[in-house]
Amino acid sequence: MRLKLELRPQPSRVMAWMSPLIAAAATLVAGFALFSLLGKDPLQALQVFFVKPVETRYGLGELLLKASPLMLCAIGLAAGYRANVWNIGAEGQLTLGAICGGGVALSFPGANSAWILLPMIVAGAAGGMAWASIPSWLKTRFNANEILTSLMLVYVATLFLSWLVQGPWRDPEGYNFPQSKIFPDAALLPILLSGTRLHAGFLISLAAIAIAWLFFARTLIGFRMQVAGLAPAAANYAGISAKRTVWFGMLIGGAAAGVAGVGEAAGPIGQLLPSVSPGYGFAAIIVAFVGRLHPVGIALASLLMSLLYLGGESAQISLALPSAVTGVFQGTLLFFLLAADVFINFRVALAPRNAPSSATAAGFASRA
Amino acid sequence: MQAQVPRLELSGISKAYPSIIANDAIDLTVMPGEIHALLGENGAGKSTLMKIIYGIVKPDAGVIRWNGSVVRIANPAQARALGIGMVFQHFSLFETLTVAENIELALDPSSETSGLDAIIGDVSGRYGLPLDPRRHIHTMSAGERQRVEIVRCLLQEPTLLILDEPTSVLTPQAAAKVFETLRRLANDGCSILYISHKLDEIRELCTRATVLRDGRVTGNCDPRLETPSSLAKMMIGSELPHPHHRAATTRGDGNLGIRRLSLAAEDPFGTDLVDIELSVRGGEIVGIAGISGNGQKELLAALSGERTVADDGAIVVNGTPSGHLDAGERRALGLAFVPEERLGRGAVPEMSLADNALLTAWRQKLTHRGMIRIEAMRDYASAIIARFNVHATGPDAVARSLSGGNLQKFIVGREILQGPRAMIAAQPTWGVDVGASAQIRQKLIDLRDDGVAVLVVSEELDELLEICDRIAVMTRGRLSAALPARAADAETIGQMMSGSFIGVETTRTGEVATAAAARTIDAP
Repeated sequence: MRLKLELRPQPSRVMAWMSPLIAAAATLVAGFALFSLLGKDPLQALQVFFVKPVETRYGLGELLLKASPLMLCAIGLAAGYRANVWNIGAEGQLTLGAICGGGVALSFPGANSAWILLPMIVAGAAGGMAWASIPSWLKTRFNANEILTSLMLVYVATLFLSWLVQGPWRDPEGYNFPQSKIFPDAALLPILLSGTRLHAGFLISLAAIAIAWLFFARTLIGFRMQVAGLAPAAANYAGISAKRTVWFGMLIGGAAAGVAGVGEAAGPIGQLLPSVSPGYGFAAIIVAFVGRLHPVGIALASLLMSLLYLGGESAQISLALPSAVTGVFQGTLLFFLLAADVFINFRVALAPRNAPSSATAAGFASRA
Repeated sequence: MQAQVPRLELSGISKAYPSIIANDAIDLTVMPGEIHALLGENGAGKSTLMKIIYGIVKPDAGVIRWNGSVVRIANPAQARALGIGMVFQHFSLFETLTVAENIELALDPSSETSGLDAIIGDVSGRYGLPLDPRRHIHTMSAGERQRVEIVRCLLQEPTLLILDEPTSVLTPQAAAKVFETLRRLANDGCSILYISHKLDEIRELCTRATVLRDGRVTGNCDPRLETPSSLAKMMIGSELPHPHHRAATTRGDGNLGIRRLSLAAEDPFGTDLVDIELSVRGGEIVGIAGISGNGQKELLAALSGERTVADDGAIVVNGTPSGHLDAGERRALGLAFVPEERLGRGAVPEMSLADNALLTAWRQKLTHRGMIRIEAMRDYASAIIARFNVHATGPDAVARSLSGGNLQKFIVGREILQGPRAMIAAQPTWGVDVGASAQIRQKLIDLRDDGVAVLVVSEELDELLEICDRIAVMTRGRLSAALPARAADAETIGQMMSGSFIGVETTRTGEVATAAAARTIDAP
């Protein structure tokens, strides 16, 4: 007898929800092995990585703080992914959001009312959307692959920000450091929990989760975008414009990432730096998939991803491990998720050793 | 003749799947040189039984005797070694390879392949299946491809040939050619197991028939001595419902018009549409006959709005020039459309029936200010299920879980309940069982009687002759003038399918010059 993969008659719903949990568990096991190989006590290392960061009130605040942009970016990306619009450039859209929102804050150095936050957020969303509109236009006009164009625009955005803070927007009193002036106090998002850095951006993210749920489950346009993702021919048949779907999917992702950028600049950073995000826009892609493109799943997955960021920092400090360990864990998680997802559509079966192993035979048998 | 040993004898063959008993104690005997029909509706268990004979599926119980001795057929290779050949309904040919290359691929690695061309020539000559071994499959019509499949089987010198609905892709004339071949084979002593639900064919060709219903044998007969209705009765267990076809009384204001439509195909293997003219008035059914792949797909996309055309006046929906309108905008003008693919086009497989109702029927007050009215949507789906006799667990049933016929009834129902003034139905009864087909045809006739302009595109000539007021024929991207259905018969339409209506100046003589043309010619 030997093992073989067999197509399920229909995708397993149980497995669709179990897969992220299996992936998380497998990531822990891989982490255990990794720490052992590095000569660290694996149990202590895992404790440092996954428990220590959230033992304190401040730590919990950090968990939610880092989850906020992840959640917001991921939910925006999910709107596109559900419609088969593959926006990989949330990081760049986030950067543009920070530039535009930050630009508003820097233009009103004397602002003393929190109302300034509103135009900042609007400008951030507009910036993210503007950046997302480039791949949308290239896709709908020239059929250029949005995965490539949106990804490449990330680097353009990062370099644009870098040029701004080293050139025209550099703080003249900043000792030549590449950074902008500090935003006026009114242009900073209010702190939610005293003694932490958790700011009002978290509420925006929660609101986005709720709105997204309503959008996906209750609106005609959300429904039509999902049809476009599940069955493009059915979408075309029903008169759902493929171009409009691309525009919508990209712009929602861009707007959400742009607002997340404002949250970072007007939140924990308080000014513009050459880099305003430790890769939230990319990590959000993983969050969106671990969360099954579902609002609740995304909220939970963003907490997990946030913990990986914190754990990575904690491991740097306590275990003298390089910061790359965060990336290793992120990658491991995505790897196991994709591997576990195979079992949504397939199952393992025992096959007698000399059975016809041809795909045809198995295919016919499963279709019978 | 002395008492012969049966070539194949099945006794008590049973096969159960978790949800269904596909075969229940089936007995079947095929004598040498016999053309034996296996008759039954979709889902009656024909396919499972064939797969058991061909070694793809293992029976739970029962005995298979081959030339008198008990055998266990573990896989198709073993079946072929015994001398069983099978021609599948869907072709398994590589389009970019030649005939000879495709045949070589299917032969056992050990067999001699030099001089294959000669062998192919020999076999194809002997059985009247002309083939050029050096031609590429993608230039060939469905009929020619099927010839390749049959020749490929014959090279293995089978003593039992199984054919699964072989004529579903052929013109009447091409089907007649296949019958000739099969009779010749039978004369040489090869047994043939012929699977079909086309009663006329079976009465013409077969000398024995085994009828299946719900996994059981419900009849054994000589089909030549039966009437179509007695066969149908064995097949569906009741009299075949016959559609009522009255002369049209109502003349609605709906209409569909195509004016001088020429359109280059988007797909490199597609068919260009040439100068198409057609008008469908309210209160009539116009049929478009022809073998698939002659431009029907392209014409339907242009009509439905899935592909827009530059010339606004080329497509007229209910009086409005609509060339530039997308599918949704044409629906808003009162056009409904039942596409030929149900899963993935007419319905989203993973979504519930309620969601699939929303897909095209949302204008029926199923939304309010862009928000979905969940109750209204479910009620609408329930109404379709009830009024169109759809067997489903309810509006939450996933589209993919329905049988082909039931999903088709749902889609037809969804389109009809929108109260269209013009309706297009493509292959409305493709793969649908006899009972559901009759229901669907009746619904189309009822629509016509209500004054709706109905256009039906179908490969089933009998279906068109039964329900249409006028019939046009599509071939090589051109459409003939529509004949009154009374004046049309299978013979005339078959000739038109091979292009007789196209002016002499455009008919290519001599070699078959283009792939598009080649795909559609079934003449040897």
